Order: sequence, then C-alpha cells, then structure tokens
Amino acid sequence: MNETTAATHPHTGMTTRNDSWWLAPGLVAVGFGIFVIYATFRAFENNFYEIGPIISPFYSPKLPTPSWFPFSAAFLILWMPAGFRATCYYYRKAYYRAYFMSPPACGVKVWGSQGYCGERSFPFVLQNLHRYFFYLAVLVLGILWYDVFIAMFSEGLNISVVSLIMLANCILLSGYTFGCHANRHIVGGGMNKFSDAPGKFKLWEFVTHLNEHHMGWAWCSLFSVGFTDFYIRQVAAGVFSNPTLIPFH
Amino acid sequence: MPEAILKVFRGEKDSGTFETYKVPIEEGMVVLDAIHYIQQNNDPSLAVRWNCKAAKCGSCSAEVNGRPALLCKSRMDKFEPGQEITVQPIKTFPHLKDLVTDVSWNYEVNKKITPFTPAPDANWTFYQEDIERVQEFRKCIECFLCQDVCHVLRDHNRKDAFYGPRFMVRMASLEMHPLDTANRLKSIKEDAGIGMCNITKCCTEVCPEDIHITDNAIIPMKERVVDEFYDPIGKFLKSIFAGK
Repeated sequence: MNETTAATHPHTGMTTRNDSWWLAPGLVAVGFGIFVIYATFRAFENNFYEIGPIISPFYSPKLPTPSWFPFSAAFLILWMPAGFRATCYYYRKAYYRAYFMSPPACGVKVWGSQGYCGERSFPFVLQNLHRYFFYLAVLVLGILWYDVFIAMFSEGLNISVVSLIMLANCILLSGYTFGCHANRHIVGGGMNKFSDAPGKFKLWEFVTHLNEHHMGWAWCSLFSVGFTDFYIRQVAAGVFSNPTLIPFH
Repeated sequence: MPEAILKVFRGEKDSGTFETYKVPIEEGMVVLDAIHYIQQNNDPSLAVRWNCKAAKCGSCSAEVNGRPALLCKSRMDKFEPGQEITVQPIKTFPHLKDLVTDVSWNYEVNKKITPFTPAPDANWTFYQEDIERVQEFRKCIECFLCQDVCHVLRDHNRKDAFYGPRFMVRMASLEMHPLDTANRLKSIKEDAGIGMCNITKCCTEVCPEDIHITDNAIIPMKERVVDEFYDPIGKFLKSIFAGK
C-alpha cells in the first residue's frame, strides 16, 4: 500500500468514469438540435417546397390550409412523424440522456433526482401512445412512396437526382418505420407460441432483424428526410439544378 | 515488469478511503487477479466476493473506473500503462466492507414474482422457435450489474416502486414462455413498476452475458402493458375480431 486518501463515501461526485462519456450525449444533443432548428425554419418558411409535381416530404401531402390557420400546411403534417419519433423507443433513450440527463451516461449521476416518476405520469405517460403514431407514420410513409412514384413516372420514366434522393429517403424511412419496436410487437411479439403461426413468426423475425439496427435507421432516415427537403428547397429556389439522369418519354 | 496502479475503496458501511496499490502486470491478467495480488502481498483483510473467475457465477460485481463490471471479466490490458484504475463497490446496494455489498434485496424481490405456472394438462412438447426468446433470458447469472447501473435504483433509490431490470428479465421469461398460463401484466405495471423505466439502456450496456435486456425484455413487456392498459382501440378491435 502506498497512498491513502481522506475518509469518504465510496461514491461521491457525479461519476468516477474517466472516459469520454459526455461525447455521445453531446453529439446527440447537437444532431437533434440542428434538425429541429432546420425543420422549424422550413415549416415556417412556407416556400420553395415544390418542383412541378415533386413536393418536399415536409409539405407532403399538399393540404389546403383554412384561412384562419396562421401557419403553413407543414404544421398539419409534421406532427405525425414528429410524434412517431418523439415516442420512439430509441429516441427516448437518446433524448432522455442528451437533454434530460436522466442519466447522461451509464454510471453517471442523473441531473435532479427529486420527484422522478419515469413514464408513469403526465407528460411521459403519453409515450404509451407510440403505436398510434406508428399507424400515422405508416400513412405518411405511404404518401411519400406515392410522391416517389410521381417524381419518377409522372411524365414517362424520368429518373432525376431529386427522384433518386426521394427514393433513398423512402427506403431509409421504411427501414426505420417498419423496424420500430411497436411494429415488432404488433406483427407477432405479443405471441408466446410462434409455432402456431409460422407466417407471423417469419414476419416477426424480419422486423426483429430491422429492429436490431433501429438506431442506425433512425439517424440515417432523420438525415435523409432533412437532406431531401433541403435539396428540393435549393432546386426550387434556383440554387441547385435537378439533372435528369435517365429520360424516357 | 510493468506495474498497474489500483485505487481500491477500503472501508465499512459507506465510510472509508481509496487506497493506492502498485501491482505487477502479467499477460492475461484481469482486475480480480490484481485484487488477489493485493490480498496476498499487501493486505489479506481486503474483502472481495468472488467464486468462479470465469464470468459465470456473478459474484465479483464492482465498479471499475466508474463502470459496473465483473472484476473477473475486466482485462488489465484494456487500460493504458500507468493509467490509474479505480475499483469501487457497486453503488446501488448497502455497503458492507471494501468491495462487498449486501444484495439480498434482490432475493426478496424475486419471491414476489408469480412463478412458472403451466396448465395441469400441458403438452410438454414445444419447438425451438417457441423457446428461443426465453433462452436468452436464462443466460442471466444474477450479477446484479443491471440493477446497480439502473438510475431508478441507483440515483433515485426507488426500490419501493421498481423491481429493476433483472426482474423485468425474469418476468419476461415467464410471460413469454409458451407453456405458462399466469397473467402478470397488472403486477408488471403496478408492483414491478415497469413505467419507472425510461429505457436508457444502461442495463443492456453493462450485462456481461450480452442479454438485450431493454429491446428483448423490457420493451416487449411495455408493449404488452400497453395492450392491456393504454390501447382501448386495439382492445376493442381484438374483442370484436378475436372474441376476447
């Protein structure tokens, strides 16, 4: 024995971790922050969301807004995917750590330990509505797939840069949406005897495979939906061009 | 021979000191070996609970550089030469001496769970796909690292309201068993307090058996609780189409 410190409790301070535990929640906080600021700006901008029949995912489907409604049509749509992501089991982990610091990282003390109720009382008890937001997200996703079809086939086969970006976005959004934990439960996770329903078991296995990479799908699709809107905005504003790669008329 | 510097908590009942020891490093050494070296060469009174030294008994749970871990599974070569290695007892349970804590609360919780309840005339033949999910949960070695890292127990000390991840796994293993007939959902919601879990996944991160505690046990149980208590539309539709 060489050295002794003063008498103490075995666990004092925030943590004894000496690695970069703050990095992951920090990156999440910055990443979400950037997306939320951009999406809010775009929803208020109410412009540059159409290129002919092509429409930005933030404004699709194109809904008429009543005269008394002070905001853009994006507000009538975005609450659905936003609710789906806000109640998503992966995002819950991410933002509870990054913004609520509850806890910021494993083995690191939570911020504010008084009155913790978890997800048992308002507002967090509403996380239990995740499956309803899943149904709404599937509806919105179906519309986005229709938009891809329109972008590619409205004037014969017309594969442009924007239509390919929209296609990639829909693939990523589908991987994220259908790999969701609520869907995993709905397709068969609630069963105890898979041998009674082999079809459901196969579907559950497929969704489970998607679900294993749910975090990756979540981030890639968040980026892709933002990037798709950004590219459409730039083309609509005349900043970027939208070259046609394979034209058939 | 290179040396490691270990800061080990020494003391009883939550009061003590971090004492520093120098331990020669050998190839393949784990932190538990270093603790044994200290016992043999510096102070035989150093208290540590251990048994198999093969990461299967779950006895040597502690916190190494602030991360809950099995001492016997924490390799010394993952630390930089000269890096100080802090070894503490687990935080969530009452401290007894040095690295030993009293984890008996867990055994009391376990008694509250409705045990496996097969039907009297159960057909004991079932298929691999029926039992595979449950087999993952059977890997649990009851090291209670998940209980230690769970902030509901660790920081909020809500042992009155939450059974903890270990027992969510046990309840999931029973609820998902193809031959079990008991319904524990009310108990999972109210007694076990599954709503206290905000799925920040630390239990999964520290599990030495790589059980996907959150994704495969807690979230599926949360979804079953939603079926029963928070999804009136789904319940209504089920009552129509399935006659339940």
